[in-house]
Amino acid sequence: MRLILHVWRQRGAKAPGKMTRYEAADVNPDMSMLELLDVLNEGLILKGEEPIAFEHDCREGICGSCGFMINGIAHGPLPATTVCQLSMRHFKDGQELHLEPWRAKAFPVIKDLVVDRGAFDRIIAAAGYISVPTGSAPDGNTILVNKENADRAMDAAACIGCGACVAACPNASAALFTGAKIAHLGLLPQGQPERSRRALSMVRQWNAEGFGSCTNIGECAAVCPKEIALEAIARMNRDFISASWERR
Amino acid sequence: MLLDARVPLGPIEKLWDQARFEMKLVNPANKRKHTILVVGSGLAGASAAATLGELGYNVKCFCFQDSPRRAHSIAAQGGINAAKNYHGDGDSVFRLFYDTVKGGDFRSREANVYRLAQISVNIIDQCVAQGVPFAREYGGTLANRSFGGAQVSRTFYARGQTGQQLLLGAYQALERQVHEGRVSMFPRTEMLDLVVIDGRARGIVTRNLVTGQIESHAGDAVVLGTGGYGNVYYLSTNAKGSNCTAIWRAYKRGALFANPCFTQIHPTCIPVSGDYQSKLTLMSESLRNDGRIWVPMKAGDKRAPRQIPETERDYYLERRYPSFGNLVPRDVASRNAKAVCDEGRGVGKTGLGVYLDFADCIQRLGVDVIRERYGNLFEMYQRITDEDPYQAPMRIYPAIHYTMGGLWVDYYLMSTIPGLFVIGEANFSDHGANRLGASALMQGLSDGYFILPYTVGDYIAKTKLETIDTGAAEFLSAEAGVAELTEKLLGIRGRQTVDAFHRQLGKIVWDYCGMSRTGAGLDEAIGEIHRLREQYWRDVKVPGSAEDLNQSLEKAGRVADFFELAELMCIDARHREESCGGHFREEHQTPDGEAQRNDEDFSYAAAWEYKATERAPDLHPVLHKEPLTFEYVHPSQRSYK
Repeated sequence: MRLILHVWRQRGAKAPGKMTRYEAADVNPDMSMLELLDVLNEGLILKGEEPIAFEHDCREGICGSCGFMINGIAHGPLPATTVCQLSMRHFKDGQELHLEPWRAKAFPVIKDLVVDRGAFDRIIAAAGYISVPTGSAPDGNTILVNKENADRAMDAAACIGCGACVAACPNASAALFTGAKIAHLGLLPQGQPERSRRALSMVRQWNAEGFGSCTNIGECAAVCPKEIALEAIARMNRDFISASWERR
Repeated sequence: MLLDARVPLGPIEKLWDQARFEMKLVNPANKRKHTILVVGSGLAGASAAATLGELGYNVKCFCFQDSPRRAHSIAAQGGINAAKNYHGDGDSVFRLFYDTVKGGDFRSREANVYRLAQISVNIIDQCVAQGVPFAREYGGTLANRSFGGAQVSRTFYARGQTGQQLLLGAYQALERQVHEGRVSMFPRTEMLDLVVIDGRARGIVTRNLVTGQIESHAGDAVVLGTGGYGNVYYLSTNAKGSNCTAIWRAYKRGALFANPCFTQIHPTCIPVSGDYQSKLTLMSESLRNDGRIWVPMKAGDKRAPRQIPETERDYYLERRYPSFGNLVPRDVASRNAKAVCDEGRGVGKTGLGVYLDFADCIQRLGVDVIRERYGNLFEMYQRITDEDPYQAPMRIYPAIHYTMGGLWVDYYLMSTIPGLFVIGEANFSDHGANRLGASALMQGLSDGYFILPYTVGDYIAKTKLETIDTGAAEFLSAEAGVAELTEKLLGIRGRQTVDAFHRQLGKIVWDYCGMSRTGAGLDEAIGEIHRLREQYWRDVKVPGSAEDLNQSLEKAGRVADFFELAELMCIDARHREESCGGHFREEHQTPDGEAQRNDEDFSYAAAWEYKATERAPDLHPVLHKEPLTFEYVHPSQRSYK
């Protein structure tokens, strides 16, 4: 099959960018989106042009490195799928694809489709953990965990930190990302002692990074490759409100 | 050079306690005056950096990804072993130790493996306390499953994402220390050289992958947790960025490299489908619990699988290994798949595949049970291949998955360069010639949380470390060397891309130093690698500049190192005139085609010393042997018949 790509090219953070048109002939329908870019890049290098920079690593949908907009949808049209696992058979012969980086004030573009998501690390650093120094833990079965809660915690913990939620949100909010971590740890007995502090600190950091507020639009959950549910945001709001009340 | 593993004397179950008691301690008030450089942020690196930070050291942690959370440990699916014996099914520290030594085909160091089994129980406790959402029973206790053919249920898991959850636990602990100011994190930073001053590891030289800046970092100890080298094969289940550069450059600075030919080929991966293919995807080993593996009896049988009658199918594992059947260990399953494909009986377009068929178990247990057990894996398979495994059998083929070899370390995880420590998959220590399922995660966290933080302290307390700064001549010359290499790669302006070379190199290593090896083949491979490497340095085309994000340049440096490593792998495989674990030499097999170990001559870890110089670039590496003795687990021939 044949595809027409329009790719955002930007040399560096301060340089202006623009869409550039490429034609991909002989596309194998079994290729992933990233393999299509690999092949395109090999051609560009041999022609003496700079290849398209894009982020990727595991290529099996778990590391969270990859991600860009395809025709305006974060990670493209297939639900619950990162671009590294999106195969070309889901597109039509001759289709035009517009590839753009995540757009958000808190995710500045580094080059082409690569953005800086360091803000996510800083939100986790603010309080996205349980403070337990190595060696200080009791036996694993000392504290029993209700199975339903453990399963729900796992649902939220599945977040891969790719940033699609921010890119899809008209407010560029980090609510789903932050909420997923707050829900994960808040659902477990081990996470209770720091629950209030966690919600306050993480939300404060999210604001400081320049992400927008959440207005419950739900685009984030719709594009999330790990299908993190909006419920995570509700849990975060509850923890944040009750923590704010306690500390008033 | 005498290889001293520094294993304490005494009964094996007391060794680690004793070693810890004999260690010297660093005064808590002085810890912050010591800088420790941790390279890599996977399970081993992140857990080490976090724990060293908690102890009060000044830590700098480096990773090439945009965030420490993306290290390839994240992709591990199955689980993590621990000798908790929560099920009362007869597990114990000794049994886990025994299984691991035997599974490694008697090529690992007993003392290290025993300590690993002991620490396994602490790891689970630590991870539970961090909030790792392990699977639970209805009563609220931790759930277990049996895995990789083990006869006890000792594997803890978090759905099919155990590696992800353990890594996020370590990452969060690391970020906590970043917040406290005890760890400085350097993402998008690649280590390109090790700096050795007065015979001790005192720093590293890095390249900032965004700005291209070459920087030096000085410290009192350097810790490498940079993972394995499976990407030498080009196609592998590793992440695309996984590379050998950090350990390779340390090797060239004097650290010995042990058992490079011990690599693990995983039997259940999705087969290659075309030239564009960039990586291989692993399907969990658990599928072999219910799936049956077969190929057609006749070579060249191109009928659809459902049209091949039962009597014309060869369930070769069940036939050859009646007692273990489809559950034989990874190395045996992989080798047999290769053998039937070599006979022309492979399936799929390329002929490099075998069927993994669920028809029988779907009939026996019903589709719902199978969906509950393997639903997510079936979905993943269908997503990639566009074939429905509920209707037609899966096609699978082996792929490189893990490397047991790595930098040689002693009992204290220190390499032959004092002050250079190596942890996780990057070292060679615990898995011998074959790693058992669910033990990679265990080793990474054992090294990082519970061993290294003690042993680094002991080294620092016992060593007089002069104050140094990055203006020292050794740093400046290492920086110049790195800059020169970069310029050289950019200056070749040849006609082939880095990936094109890497793909050719991978094919050589896979064909000659993969699932089965011969002396003649390895000689051939060494020659081919030489020729291709020479061509690489004449004809590679690396676009762009050194001053910004240049992914081709990053790859070019890594592939240059893979070329040299590939040769060492073949040299090691060539010298080891026996078959053991993942290393199968066709000349050394039993009359019925099984691996034939030679304990008389090869019961040692082969540690190679780099000898080449600028003037004599082809000087052969020198072999040093660490003899392995087995006092507790008596070497026997592995049999799965």
